[in-house]
Amino acid sequence: MSEHEKIVVAQHDTARGSLASYVAGYIFAVYLTVTAYLVVYNHLFSNTTLTVVIVGLALVQFMVHMLFFLHLGRETKPRWKLAVALFMIMVVVVLVGGSLWIMSNLTYRMTPTQQNNYMNNQQGI
Amino acid sequence: MSSSATVQADDSKPILGFWIYIMTDCVLFASLFATYAVLYKSTAGGPSGYQLFALKNVLAETLILLTSSFTCGLAMLAAHRDDRKQTLFWFAVTFALGVAFLTIELTEFRHFVVTGNSWRRSGFLSAFFTLVGTHGLHITIGLMWMVILMWQVFKCGLARVTIRRLTFLSMFWHFLDIIWIFIFTIVYLRGAIAP
Repeated sequence: MSEHEKIVVAQHDTARGSLASYVAGYIFAVYLTVTAYLVVYNHLFSNTTLTVVIVGLALVQFMVHMLFFLHLGRETKPRWKLAVALFMIMVVVVLVGGSLWIMSNLTYRMTPTQQNNYMNNQQGI
Repeated sequence: MSSSATVQADDSKPILGFWIYIMTDCVLFASLFATYAVLYKSTAGGPSGYQLFALKNVLAETLILLTSSFTCGLAMLAAHRDDRKQTLFWFAVTFALGVAFLTIELTEFRHFVVTGNSWRRSGFLSAFFTLVGTHGLHITIGLMWMVILMWQVFKCGLARVTIRRLTFLSMFWHFLDIIWIFIFTIVYLRGAIAP
């Protein structure tokens, strides 16, 4: 690599990390992981609250990884990566939320035996 | 100035392309998570996650993968400093941690299969093996990729094109860590809360 190229790369590759961002991200991530583990291990809350707490911690950790390890916040305009990421989150919410909604509706309206009979009857299609 | 603008365009477009691939891979994992969430109660009389999972091993796996994500970041910093030795060293550490993670995971899988709880046992176990196995497969591919790139760095040094490839690999590796956070939470921790 020539000296000129090196300088150019250093100037323009803003979307990469610094040592400080990796260290901070690592400390946050370990802290969040261990917290989630200890909360469940010691069974600090009721079952429902525990589920909400650990999912909340996972979402915070998702943000930490996106910002400190994948440097989503350091992008210059136009923020294409952010746009794609938000679209991904929308698809994931529709996909997971929709599946759970449909399947819980199914369980609510049909007994497991009815579901099995229905599936068996429809197998020939 | 015009040459520097070209350089920026050269690097940012492939990186955006790889980013889009990673986001679509998230959607693949989302569908496996949805399947798991629908099926995790369907144990067909077999064991549930509450009975099966050894939480301490899983915490170890999580911390190992997290540390490997960090060392991967350190390797990238060394690569940008044009420091070949440090780059190879930190990627070697990342590789070793990845192998350790995979070993613990496969030991767990083997234990389940040997005790009669393979993917054929119940809907829950099918969904479990598919979700966690797909992640493990990604890790395996990442490790193979890492070996190839380390060989390239060793042989040819840190040319710009090599640094770009290393950037893709590091993005892939950080992404797998993110997926694992959700497996850790939704499969293992959620499973350990109640029978």
